[in-house]
Amino acid sequence: MSAEAVHAESFIRRYLFSTDHKTIGKQYLLTAFFMGLFAVGWSILIRIQLAWPHANLPLLSRLFPGLYQDGVLLPERYLSLVTMHGTVMVFFVISFALVSGFGNFIIPLHIGARDMAYPVLNMLSYWTAVPACILMIASFFVPDGAAAAGWTAYPPLSALPQAVPGSGWGQTLWLLGMALFIASFTMGSLNFVTTILNLRTKGMSMFRMPLTVWTLFISSVLGILAFPALTAAAIMLLLDRHGGTSFFLPSGLVVGGQVLEHSGGTPLLFQHLFWFLGHPEVYILVLPAIGIAFDVVAVFGRRPVFGYRTSIWALLVIGVLSMIVWGHHMFTSGMNPYLGEYFSVATVAITVPFAVLGMNLIASLWRAEIRLHPAMLFALAMIAAIGLGGLGGLWLGTASSDMYLHDSYFVVGHFHFMIGVVTAFGIFAGTYYWFPKMFGRMIDQRLGKIHFWATSVGVFFAFIAMHFLGLGGVLRRTYDPTAYEYTASVTWLNLPISIALFLAAAAQVVFLVNFFWSMFRGQKAEANPWEAATLEWTTPSPAPHLNWRELPSVFRGPYEYRTDGRAAGYRSQVVPDEPPAEVRA
Amino acid sequence: MTTGGQKREVFALAALFVAIAAVTVIGFAHDWKPPVASEEGARVDSLIRYLLFATGAVLVIGAAALVAFLWRYGRGLPSPAPRSDPRLERWWSLVPVLGMAVIAEVGVLVKGLPVWKRVYGAPPPGALVVEVNAQQFEWWVRYPGPDGVFGRRDPHLVDATANPLGLVPEDPAGRDDVVVRNALHLPAGRPVHVRLRSRDVLHSFSIPEFRVKQDVVPGMITAITFVPSRAGSYQIACAELCGLGHYRMGARVIVHPAEEFDTWLEGQNGALQ
Ligand code: HEM
Ligand SMILES: [Cu+2]
Ligand SMILES: [Cu+2]
Repeated sequence: MSAEAVHAESFIRRYLFSTDHKTIGKQYLLTAFFMGLFAVGWSILIRIQLAWPHANLPLLSRLFPGLYQDGVLLPERYLSLVTMHGTVMVFFVISFALVSGFGNFIIPLHIGARDMAYPVLNMLSYWTAVPACILMIASFFVPDGAAAAGWTAYPPLSALPQAVPGSGWGQTLWLLGMALFIASFTMGSLNFVTTILNLRTKGMSMFRMPLTVWTLFISSVLGILAFPALTAAAIMLLLDRHGGTSFFLPSGLVVGGQVLEHSGGTPLLFQHLFWFLGHPEVYILVLPAIGIAFDVVAVFGRRPVFGYRTSIWALLVIGVLSMIVWGHHMFTSGMNPYLGEYFSVATVAITVPFAVLGMNLIASLWRAEIRLHPAMLFALAMIAAIGLGGLGGLWLGTASSDMYLHDSYFVVGHFHFMIGVVTAFGIFAGTYYWFPKMFGRMIDQRLGKIHFWATSVGVFFAFIAMHFLGLGGVLRRTYDPTAYEYTASVTWLNLPISIALFLAAAAQVVFLVNFFWSMFRGQKAEANPWEAATLEWTTPSPAPHLNWRELPSVFRGPYEYRTDGRAAGYRSQVVPDEPPAEVRA
Repeated sequence: MTTGGQKREVFALAALFVAIAAVTVIGFAHDWKPPVASEEGARVDSLIRYLLFATGAVLVIGAAALVAFLWRYGRGLPSPAPRSDPRLERWWSLVPVLGMAVIAEVGVLVKGLPVWKRVYGAPPPGALVVEVNAQQFEWWVRYPGPDGVFGRRDPHLVDATANPLGLVPEDPAGRDDVVVRNALHLPAGRPVHVRLRSRDVLHSFSIPEFRVKQDVVPGMITAITFVPSRAGSYQIACAELCGLGHYRMGARVIVHPAEEFDTWLEGQNGALQ
């Protein structure tokens, strides 16, 4: 079957209900950008509120009559904005783009497969994710507004409709949307794991896979192991809300002047279930970004990755540890203090493999020949974000200091470095790097660099400064950060932070313009514009249906750059070893 | 190969890394925390100082290496061919492994654990026991009164104005209980054991000047112990999202010199008297 014959499909089969992993990957990526517009938009409203908590904003009031009243953002809507920003960013932007988007696009191309192991399941995964998105967005338009209990959805707030306005239909839609998301993500993860284990081409041993594939593999395994806990929690919470059960609700609750009938449950159970997923989930997101950074640093640094094998071991250790540290989100929750201390010891141990990854990334620049393509800029800046996030994590993982820092802006700064900057920079690095393979055209570098600089200046300043706010005692999820006197001397930071983030948000407009302009108007791309050694660059750009006319065979590791000493010198994974000297003679 | 444009960019990128490290180090060198006012808080501050120096050193070393490599290998100077030596790389990984393991676990076990023990261990004899009740969006403080025993409570008796905590009138132990709204009076220099209860949703009892924080969980009693070290006025701030009034769920903490506190407490009427 020739590639052309396959291409003669209808528009719908080709672009909408496609089973081609590349199309599905692009669908996820574009869906992530679309959802990102909402999530970034909400964050701008949040930052306006925090920068000018007492201002009257008639224009916003007119634009968003459901959120503002008489020029003032309603406190309960503020909580909806925070909740939905977090939820949509974590699950519908970062997960979609990094794991589902790049995962789908790149795994078969990296390992030499024609498609995913289960192409139809793959399509189903995407078309389960779409209604999940619709439910999330729609929840803003139901009576009482979108969910407002935080992205962590802790009961009783999330279980009792009378406890907070958003705990009405908004919370129910949130739970249903999450259930669909989990179903979709699980289908994807199963597909990834099966594909990586079974469909590697001849010669592609596990230890010849690019690190991006390794990180996606570990993320997928973590997803399969951890998400069922959230499924269980979501079902129980739905039952508590609508079925009269009391999984998370104890007796003696008095809400709105009424004694509730519930008895026998505990809110702590939900927290354990949530974080049993929630903690691995953040690693599910950060690992592929780090994998992309390694690949990009090797290509644009023209040298083999430093510590390819030690990085894989570090990733595996991170994978294992990430399943047994969830309690560090609950040091102050009321769980047994001995258990808390165990979680503290285990959590800070995670900084060890992270430090190995960080050192390997930095050392990969030793004797490099650095080319500052936008992909490389984002990968290099990501190293700084990993350092800041990881070192801040140490402050939080130490239970006794977390007692002060928990639920403060220090945590917000920490996780925005990790789950915000590292992952976003992974998405950007991956986009600038694989754009030619995705769309057959080059993406504009100048605009890419403007995008990089504006984004970096904004986010690094803002998220570092959030640590200072947190040290000053400013608490997260507060509608008016000036409400407490003891923070009076630090809250001025909110204004510069907001301005920095507006700059970073504006930079994303440049990115989107560049992305869509280059998609249609960019210069045509060759098969291997970066002189890269991995398999995806051995097929034309854009990669054709079924990826290769003939499946490639692999003879070497993914990073053989400049081993002959020349900057342009590299050996693609498909180049066979030269026959030994005796044979040649 | 390398253009003047790239040289400028390498300079800019190096400057970015230097700026990131500088803003971080200079910013953290400033003490943002509100002045500390408890013995445990002083120890938390000491732990934070340790973390600051330890992680600051790692950050500076990492940034220096990054900038040095960028500078040396980013500007198109001929560079020696890279070597890929798995054995060497394994040896190198011992540096971050040992370094981070020591930094991290010293923080938790040497600096952190003693604080943890003071806050969560059994309260020392003679500690003042206080019950703090959280509800949307206020704090009700209860002292056991002269008999030293808290009276029973029943949620069905809760009445927003007459009996906010649902005290059982038939229970003699409760007659002398002292109940105060949105103010926590404490003696300086004496251990305080706070028992926390919520009747509706999660809250979190935090006093930033004391560096303590403990979630308040409906259906169970959580507790912490600390020693206020300075007389003065501080604040309770709810630290766990609890609804639309969460951001203003504060209360006063008034730390009296020890004798003054006793006088204050004696002057209070029992809730049901
Ligand atoms: C170096 C290793 C890390 C350590 C020791 C660490 C430690 C912690 C701790 C103890 C907390 C809880 C803080 C609190 O609520 O008081 C936390 C929160 C968080 N961390 Fe990390 N972390 C690390 C790396 C990461 C990474 C790689 C990511 C994600 C990509 C991440 C994402 C998050 C998120 C999203 C939260 C906040 C969740 C929430 O409360 O909303 N962390 N981290
Ligand atoms: Cu975690
Ligand atoms: Cu609260």
